[in-house]
Amino acid sequence: MSTNVMTQGGSRIGVETRMYFRAPDTLFFTFLFPFVMLAIFSAAFSASGEVGPPGSEITVAALYLPAMLASGIFLSGVQNLAIDIALEKSNGTLKRLGGTPLSPVAYFLGKIGQVFVTGTLQAALLILAGWLVLGIALPTEPEKWLTFAWVFVLGLTTCALIGIALSALPRSGKSAAAVVIPIGLILQFISGVYLQWNMLPDWLQNIASIFPLKWIAQGMRSVFLPDGWEALEQNESWNLPGVAIALVVWLVISLVLSRLTFRWIRRDA
Amino acid sequence: METPRTDDAVRIRGLRKVYGGVAAVDGIDLDIHHGETFALLGPNGAGKSTTVEILEGYRSRTAGEVDVLGVDPAHGGLAWKSRIGIVLQTGGDTGLLTVREVLHHFAGLYPNPRPVDEVIAAVGLEAKAGTRVAKLSGGQQRRVDVALGIVGRPELLFLDEPTTGFDPEARQQFWELIRSLKAEGTTILLTTHYLDEAAQLADRAGVIAAGRLLDVGGITEIGGAEARVPVVRWSDAEGRPHEVRTHEPGRVVASIVDALGGEPRNLEVIRPTLEDVYLGLVRSAERDAAAHAAADGSTPTTIPAAQPAVDAEEPAA
Repeated sequence: MSTNVMTQGGSRIGVETRMYFRAPDTLFFTFLFPFVMLAIFSAAFSASGEVGPPGSEITVAALYLPAMLASGIFLSGVQNLAIDIALEKSNGTLKRLGGTPLSPVAYFLGKIGQVFVTGTLQAALLILAGWLVLGIALPTEPEKWLTFAWVFVLGLTTCALIGIALSALPRSGKSAAAVVIPIGLILQFISGVYLQWNMLPDWLQNIASIFPLKWIAQGMRSVFLPDGWEALEQNESWNLPGVAIALVVWLVISLVLSRLTFRWIRRDA
Repeated sequence: METPRTDDAVRIRGLRKVYGGVAAVDGIDLDIHHGETFALLGPNGAGKSTTVEILEGYRSRTAGEVDVLGVDPAHGGLAWKSRIGIVLQTGGDTGLLTVREVLHHFAGLYPNPRPVDEVIAAVGLEAKAGTRVAKLSGGQQRRVDVALGIVGRPELLFLDEPTTGFDPEARQQFWELIRSLKAEGTTILLTTHYLDEAAQLADRAGVIAAGRLLDVGGITEIGGAEARVPVVRWSDAEGRPHEVRTHEPGRVVASIVDALGGEPRNLEVIRPTLEDVYLGLVRSAERDAAAHAAADGSTPTTIPAAQPAVDAEEPAA
C-alpha cells in the first residue's frame, strides 16, 4: 500500500505541476509576482543610493532580494494552496477524487510536491535574476547556503501546510481569492517584506512575530545581507534558533488543523 | 423472496436520511442484482441523489442497512473504491489537462485499469485526445466524465444523468457503450430524467417520490399491466374526440371503421411509454399526498395511472 501511495503521489505531483503552469492567474500572482515586486522596488528606490549601517551599505535591490524570496515562499505555499484547494472543493474536483481509490495522503503529497517544484524554481530564478540582472553579490560562505537550505525547506513546508489548513476558511471557490489575498498582503506589509523591517515600530514587529512570514524573511536576511545588518533586527541578532522554533510550531499547528478540517466533500450532519 | 447476500451488488433495508427533521429518504428497501442495469427514477428532490450518494459513500445515513459489493459504504476503503465507478452530475474541473493526460492520471489510481486509448475510443474522443478538456464542448466534456468513471474497470458503475447535453447521435453511441459494459458483466445504477434512456438501457427500474419507493419492477412491467393498456383515440363525423382503453386495439379500430362506414378522423393507437407510466405513478403519489394533507385520515382515491400522460402525448392538430 505504501508503494501505491508513493506512485499515486508522484502522479499527482506531475498533474498538479502541469496544471499550475497552465493557469495564467496562478502563474502571474504566485510565480511571477515576486519578480515584478523586486523590479518595482529596485527601480523605485534606485535614486536613494546605498542603504544600511555604516560599513555595510548595500543597494536597495540587494535589500529586497531576501524579502522577495520570503514572499515567494509565502505565495507558493499559503496563497497558492489555500485558493487552489478551496476551488477544488467547490467545483467538484475533490468530490470526484474522493470517489476514486486515490489516497488522501497521495493527494497532499501531490500538493506539497507541486509547491516544492514551483517554489524551488521560483527561488532559483529570483536568485539568478538578482545576481545576473541586478548585480547583487551572493554569499560565498557554505554555512550561509546551509542556512538558506533549511529556512527554505522548513518555510515552504510550513507555508504549504498553512495553505491546506487555510483552504477550509473560504465559504466558496469564488470568495477564495478575496479571503486569502488580503491576509497575505497584510502579512507581507508587517513582516518586513514590502517595508524595511527596522522601520516598523516595536508594537507592529511584535504582532508580526506571531506569524511565520516574519521569521522566514528574517532567516533569508541572515543569508543575503552582509554582516552588520543584524544590528537592525530585534535584540540585534539574526536569532536563527527562534526562526526554527517559530516555523516548527506553525508546522505542527497547521498539520493538526489540516488533519481536522480536510474532507473530500462537505459532510452533512 | 429474500435473495442471498452474494447475489446482489446492492442491498438496502429500511434506509432513512433525515435533514433537519425532514426525511429526504424515508424507508427504502431495494436490491440490485449483479450484472443488471437498474434505473432509479423520480422527480427532483425525491431523494434519488441522497440515496445514490449514500451508496457511493459520500453521505452518512440516519438509519437502515446498506451493503454495496459486500461492504458498508460508510466504511468503504480504497480497495472498495477501486471496484466502483462514479459519474457525477458535476464532474469538477480538469480543464487544464488534455483528455489523454487526465485519463492516464486516473487510470494510474486503479489496480487494474482499462487501456486509456481503448476508453478514449469507447467514448468517441479519439480526435480530441490531445485537446485540453476546457476546449471541448459541453457534451464532449460529459463524455470525459463518463470515461473517467469507467477507466478503473468498475464492477459497479453509478451513472448520474450521464447524457445531459448530448446530441442524439452521441446519446446513441453512449447507449452502445453502456450495452457493451453490461455485456462484460458490469452492474449499473442509472439515474436519469430521460425515460426513453431508462427504457433502452435498464433491466429493472424503481420510481422514488418523497423519499419512498413507489414501485420496483422489470422495465416493461413497472407500474402494473393496467398502466400499459393501449389507448385508441379518434374523432367522429362531428369532430368530437373519443378515447377507449383496450387490450384489443385492432378489434376496436375495426369496429369503429364499421360503425362510421369509413376512415375515422385523427385515428391513433397509443401504447403508453415508460414516461407515461412513470408520470402516472408520480402524479398519483402527489395526489395521494395532497388528499392526505387535505383530509387527514380519509382514504385516498386511486386514479387510473396512465390517463393524464396520454393526454399530454396528443399531437397538436
